[in-house]
Amino acid sequence: MNPKRCAACKYLRRRCPKDCIFAPYFPPNDPAKFACIHRIYGAGNVSKMLQQLPDQTRAEAVESLCFEAKCRVDDPVYGCVGIIHLLQTQIQNAQNELAKTQAEVAVAQTKLSQTQNSDF
Amino acid sequence: MRGHEPRSSSSCAACKLLKRRCTPTCIFAPYFRSSDLITFAKVHKVFGASNVSKLLGEVPEEQRQETVNSLAYEAEVRLKDPVYGCIGAIASLQKKMLELQHDLAVARTRLLAHSGVSNHVSQLDNSPELAAFLDLVPYSDLMLLDGSTSLDAYLYDLGQPPFV
Repeated sequence: MNPKRCAACKYLRRRCPKDCIFAPYFPPNDPAKFACIHRIYGAGNVSKMLQQLPDQTRAEAVESLCFEAKCRVDDPVYGCVGIIHLLQTQIQNAQNELAKTQAEVAVAQTKLSQTQNSDF
Repeated sequence: MRGHEPRSSSSCAACKLLKRRCTPTCIFAPYFRSSDLITFAKVHKVFGASNVSKLLGEVPEEQRQETVNSLAYEAEVRLKDPVYGCIGAIASLQKKMLELQHDLAVARTRLLAHSGVSNHVSQLDNSPELAAFLDLVPYSDLMLLDGSTSLDAYLYDLGQPPFV
């Protein structure tokens, strides 16, 4: 058993075994991280998800799950999908603006060519 | 079967999957019809039925359909990309946004170069120096969509760069 329980086992009020799947990613000094992820996904689901992943990808999976859980806590209706929608709208606006500006550049270039031709 | 209550033929997808009686007050029924079995299965696999039930209970009724839609989307993406989930999609969109900002700043700079010489013959358009300059100017120094020079408003703090 880990002499110092990880944040997950502390939260779940259980012993923290040496091979605890949560221990590497939920240190005891950050209880809020596990609390947030447990609130949205549940410890059982997180454990199953991590078990299905290779060791070397688990840390990043935990970070992305934590980010999404935090987004869901902050915005219970849209979660991180709200961010995706916002970015898609911004991209659409930027694409429209770019097309408009490039058209203006083309018009300006055409006028310039005409000016150059008329001078000669 | 003894003691087994007959399930309603109009059980919602959630109660069908959870093999329980679908009551008239079932919180899932309006949003997971019997034809939505696969959608509910994905949401259940990622979030768990009880967590979804709690989440739905925390939002006003008129927003529950949107909540279910976003949960279904997140679950779908998470199952397709178990490591990064929606964060992978956000990182791709951020990258696309940065590219567009750069392209837009280049286009605006070209437009300014043209608009300043409308009455004169100019070699700027064919200038290799201008082309080289526009390709080398870093994002942070170019004028952005709203005239500002800061990218911060468009970036979300994802912590570690490996999300890109």
